[in-house]
Amino acid sequence: MLLEVRNLSVAFGPVSRPVRAVAGVDLDIGAGEIVGIAGESGSGKTTLCAALVRALPRAARVSGDIRFAGRSIHALSREELRQVRGREIAMILQNPMTSLDPLFTIGNQLGEVLATRCDVPAPQLRGRELELLRSVHITAPEERLRQYPHELSGGMRQRVLIAMAGSMAPKLLLADEPTTALDATIQEEILVLFRELRDLRGTAIAIVTHDLGVIRRICDRIVVMYAGRIVEEGPVAAVFAAPRHPYTRALLASVPVLDGDRVQVQAIAGQVPNLADLGDFCAFADRCPMAIDQCRAQAPPQTALGQQRRVFCWRADEMS
Amino acid sequence: MPPPDNSPAAHAGDALVSLSGLRKEFPARRMSAFGARRKVVAVDDVGFEIRPGSTFGLVGESGSGKSTIARMILKLERPDAGEVSFDGRSLWQQTPAQERDYRRNVQAVLQDPYGALSPRLKVCDIIGEPLSAQGRGRSEIDATVSRLLDTVGLGKDAGNRYPHQFSGGQRQRIAIARALSVEPRLLVLDEPVSALDVSIRAQILMLLREMQERLGLTYLFVGHDLAIVRYVSVVVGVMYFGRMVEIGPADDVLRHPRHPYTERLVSIASMRQALGTERLTGELPNPLAPPSGCHFRTRCPYATQRCIDEAPPLREWGSGHRVACHYPLTRSS
Repeated sequence: MLLEVRNLSVAFGPVSRPVRAVAGVDLDIGAGEIVGIAGESGSGKTTLCAALVRALPRAARVSGDIRFAGRSIHALSREELRQVRGREIAMILQNPMTSLDPLFTIGNQLGEVLATRCDVPAPQLRGRELELLRSVHITAPEERLRQYPHELSGGMRQRVLIAMAGSMAPKLLLADEPTTALDATIQEEILVLFRELRDLRGTAIAIVTHDLGVIRRICDRIVVMYAGRIVEEGPVAAVFAAPRHPYTRALLASVPVLDGDRVQVQAIAGQVPNLADLGDFCAFADRCPMAIDQCRAQAPPQTALGQQRRVFCWRADEMS
Repeated sequence: MPPPDNSPAAHAGDALVSLSGLRKEFPARRMSAFGARRKVVAVDDVGFEIRPGSTFGLVGESGSGKSTIARMILKLERPDAGEVSFDGRSLWQQTPAQERDYRRNVQAVLQDPYGALSPRLKVCDIIGEPLSAQGRGRSEIDATVSRLLDTVGLGKDAGNRYPHQFSGGQRQRIAIARALSVEPRLLVLDEPVSALDVSIRAQILMLLREMQERLGLTYLFVGHDLAIVRYVSVVVGVMYFGRMVEIGPADDVLRHPRHPYTERLVSIASMRQALGTERLTGELPNPLAPPSGCHFRTRCPYATQRCIDEAPPLREWGSGHRVACHYPLTRSS
């Protein structure tokens, strides 16, 4: 396994009344795999992502173990961490404007990455910069190198970031809502680029998003999170065809689909729970149509459902 | 003024809102003091109408001009050409009394439920404010507010709390209650669920639908998610770079699109095609220098010389379905 997360918990706030943003998460990501981490706001998906690269604010209390390529992330020295972050794990965030420096041209910024991260000698820089921009299908790359980030469209900026991330052939790319700010037709292009990155460089990609369509379109595996916990995990085709957790099922039913004679949606009653008030039982119990007394008393154990598929629900066996 | 060649004059009599030949330009910054004055045509010769009690869905990507149209209907923006009329009367020939009446009849619910509510007012004051602006009495306001809180599914005690104590979905309910307080006839909904979580979206969509049935409201629903627009709309219009490219009954347009742009949007949204089977060719056009002829020709797989030379007008293709394309797709494709 490229990435192994074991019993990871992240808590904020006072010790007496902690907000457990991530609670007891186990997660594996293999080399060259594209994994989708799905969840609504407050589900802990972004906190999980930040924990993977030790980018959490200092106030966060982290427990559990994260191993990347056999090494524990928490045991790395600051210098080793810097090396891992730059060369082995790349990150792409939702807003491509804040990830590029507005005062430097695209050429400057690509050049910096290539020189410091990939040790490209100065005379070859320009050639490699152009090559990178072409690899993400940017038109007129010579002109783009001279432009500043604000002169590019959102889709183009996101492509530049993917080019940067891809330049160092990272083992893992963490993408936090990478297409949320983009239009549908551009979004499609960006997803194709992700797939190319995986196919050509063998990069494993974790896409964190609330957009189930994105996950269905590109990911091999889906991890569904609710209130800081994983509730269901499995191959995309299997989970979308037959969700086994009531939350996954409700989430899929609440998204209108375009095809079919009649469009129907089903709302999930209630609100996402306040993480500070969560007891040690199923977090979805209050909104779950299938909840029984046991759901409100004890946290559901993991039920393995064959290869790569697991679900955390007391009534998992009845949900087939 | 360009001729309103696509004005849907046939049923003008029964429309609640009707737009014809609408155009809006915004000045763009000049590159130098000696440079030519430049402008962006945000809305270019757009016309459609909304029947009372129904929903018109306006679809398009960012920069397509859909929000500008919503702002003109809200009378926040004055068109450079063309006409918007409500109940058969032009918006720009209203007497002050008629204008006040209009502002009551047309209310808006916008995308961001965090920015739309004053953080310093209690929810009951937020919802009651439009009523007190109209000079209603305290007891009448209180009764209306508690009835509205009930209508949108918030408890009575919600009135004594402040907006920050509510989640995004609940705030959008508050915004809807405020819009409904003055008993409007038309709600302009500009991306009302885009900022909300997936599971909350469905609640708000169902609430909007239920209220339309109960109160006979008319909606203009601006959105970019085709499945959501199909869920709420009777008629949809698809915009691309300021122009209406396809308009017609929602089921028809979104299931059997005839414009290549709509077809692309639909095939992405419905995931009918595997990812990457059809790569987009060409960049998005520059709004300051839009392509000649059809605006979509730079990205269209079917474009010919004719598409470069002349802009296709909106033409009727059966039962209210109109398409602006020289080579509309047939149903079998």
